[in-house]
Amino acid sequence: MSAAGKLPRWAELALLPLINLVVALLLSGVVVRLLGESPWTAFKLLASGAIGSQEGIGYTLYYATNFMFTGLAVAVAYHAGLFNIGGEGQAYIGGLGSGLVALWLGDRAPFLVVLPLAILAGAAFGAAWALIPAWLQARCGSHIVITTIMFNFIAASLMTYLLVNVLIKPGQQSPESREFGANAFMPAAHEVLARVGVTFTASPLNLAFVLAVAAAALVWVLVWRTRWGYALRVAGQNQAAAVYAGISPPRIIVQAMLLSGALAGCLGLNELLGSQHRILIDFPGGAGFVGIAVALMGRNHPVGIFASAVLFGALAQGGSQLSFDLPKINRDMVVVIQGLVILFCGALENVFRAPLAGLFSRFGPADAKDAG
Amino acid sequence: MELYTLIVLTLAATMRVATPLLLAAIAGMFSERSGVVDLGLEGKMLGAAFAAAAVSAATGSAWAGLGAGIGVSVLLALVIAFATVTQRGNQVVAAMAVNIMVAGLGPTLALAWFNLGGQTPQLDGPGQRFTALVWPGADAAGQHPFPGLLYAQLLSGHNLLVYVAAALVPLSAWVLFRTRFGLRLRAVGENPSAVDTAGISVTGLRYQAIVISGVLCGVAGTYLSTAASAGFTRDMTAGKGYLALAALIFGKWKPYPTLGACLLFAFTDALASRLQGVDLPVVGVIPVQAILALPYVLTVLLLAGFVGKAVAPAAIGVPYAKEK
Repeated sequence: MSAAGKLPRWAELALLPLINLVVALLLSGVVVRLLGESPWTAFKLLASGAIGSQEGIGYTLYYATNFMFTGLAVAVAYHAGLFNIGGEGQAYIGGLGSGLVALWLGDRAPFLVVLPLAILAGAAFGAAWALIPAWLQARCGSHIVITTIMFNFIAASLMTYLLVNVLIKPGQQSPESREFGANAFMPAAHEVLARVGVTFTASPLNLAFVLAVAAAALVWVLVWRTRWGYALRVAGQNQAAAVYAGISPPRIIVQAMLLSGALAGCLGLNELLGSQHRILIDFPGGAGFVGIAVALMGRNHPVGIFASAVLFGALAQGGSQLSFDLPKINRDMVVVIQGLVILFCGALENVFRAPLAGLFSRFGPADAKDAG
Repeated sequence: MELYTLIVLTLAATMRVATPLLLAAIAGMFSERSGVVDLGLEGKMLGAAFAAAAVSAATGSAWAGLGAGIGVSVLLALVIAFATVTQRGNQVVAAMAVNIMVAGLGPTLALAWFNLGGQTPQLDGPGQRFTALVWPGADAAGQHPFPGLLYAQLLSGHNLLVYVAAALVPLSAWVLFRTRFGLRLRAVGENPSAVDTAGISVTGLRYQAIVISGVLCGVAGTYLSTAASAGFTRDMTAGKGYLALAALIFGKWKPYPTLGACLLFAFTDALASRLQGVDLPVVGVIPVQAILALPYVLTVLLLAGFVGKAVAPAAIGVPYAKEK
């Protein structure tokens, strides 16, 4: 960033992440080779599983919806200078909120009443789960990384308790709630498209995808087009400057974390109301952690987050295809790829910046030369 | 008498639960004292746990497992060091990347190599695990409540790595506060440019600290899979790396207070296991999930108020850019 030299804007925002991504994928290929499978076959299976069919595309965008919510959550906290690793727990508890509304009203109120209440409850529960770490950060400082991780574990224990002892459908073995009433089901994409005459293979893709895109737009407006967003970014960049400008960093910390938790808390709209139609154990399935990778890869900007969420959705969907077809590979391989992407797009992003900046200043247009 | 035996057994369990926490916390102490946040404790431990169990299963030697555990953990530490010290990348991000990568890599490799659904084979052969060392006369002494039972349960009857962890506390206190290396290490965490001005390599010191952390996390991970249990299972660290980091903060980055914090966490854990299913007066039976969540809740509570002012090394988390 400082000494490593400046890049043209398009290279900074698109080329560099792409190079980092390719390197991460190449290393993943090395791992696949170590497992005794052909990386090229694996890659072809992955790609065809993710985008080779309408069903695959549906699943890819369905997973991407989860990752958009959690990625936006990480990004909002990041702009306030906070690292929110608690997306997983906030999504879990937020989903509980949406799920409770769906259980309560799913068979006695119309969808247009259930939906806003489910959104509100999900956001409120998610925000509440972020509140204590936020408040502790604002008051004592610097331990938010650890407290949000602890709240992930506490959320897991709490949800297991609730599902095993309280929400479980009587006379059932597996810890799941009863099915929601049909009025709490998110309209599926293939049903909506069929109504306007387009045939699309059935998939779990649903209205929540539109909500996630709307959330991305909302985050863009809030963070870059409002006074509050400006205060948020100032506090995130330079606390001392924020104080001089009359901004209260502790207040911004709490507000940013509430918004972050609320965004993560909306995951249940897609996962529960959109697809599972019941509350079940571990439904976020690691999406909170994928959100970190999505935000880093997407440069913490809503447009970038949309693109990288779709990419990670494709990885998740293609990865499950991979584990079907190749016996030596299971879904954990996708977690390995996610880790490598975080490593190269996040921590090692400077590795290729300096050589790239060197190339640009030697061969690039004049303005890049001046910048370098 | 009955209660007394129960207390002694709970204390013995506390020592065993505290060992991996203590090893990881001291590992983190070296890294953080040098100015590098060590969230990677979790991933390094998990990687070492897998490597140790896999190699011990393949070779039949727990010592080979220990070597592999340390080797893998140091390798992961070097990845973090390269990203954060050489490339000056974000320390939290680098560590989380390693943690997530290892969480996937362990089960993936275990499935491909052993075909047991992401676990390693049960370690039940002779010499595949670090087993309890029985001190001379412990069996006979155990018959006498005091001090015999204390000798038999608290001093004797642990595996080698427990004693290693215990010895590390005074050793690390001596290294950090009584040697030239320790002085420089602490200085580089407080004011790296002063160290640089004195002609000592900031990069070199931080690399050394991170490698020491890798070695100790390797021992901690090996303990989990070849001493505390008999093989590697998915996510077997279960947040112990983060708990160790919390113990380190609670212990204010000092060896003996950190030991105290680790023992406190471990005691809660050991006590909670004893309370499982017991009908207590007033509260009744505590749900098992509440017991499992107890260490995490305790961590939050401790970080919330009881720490007082925990002053971290001044330069922690800040990559050092040498002036040109």
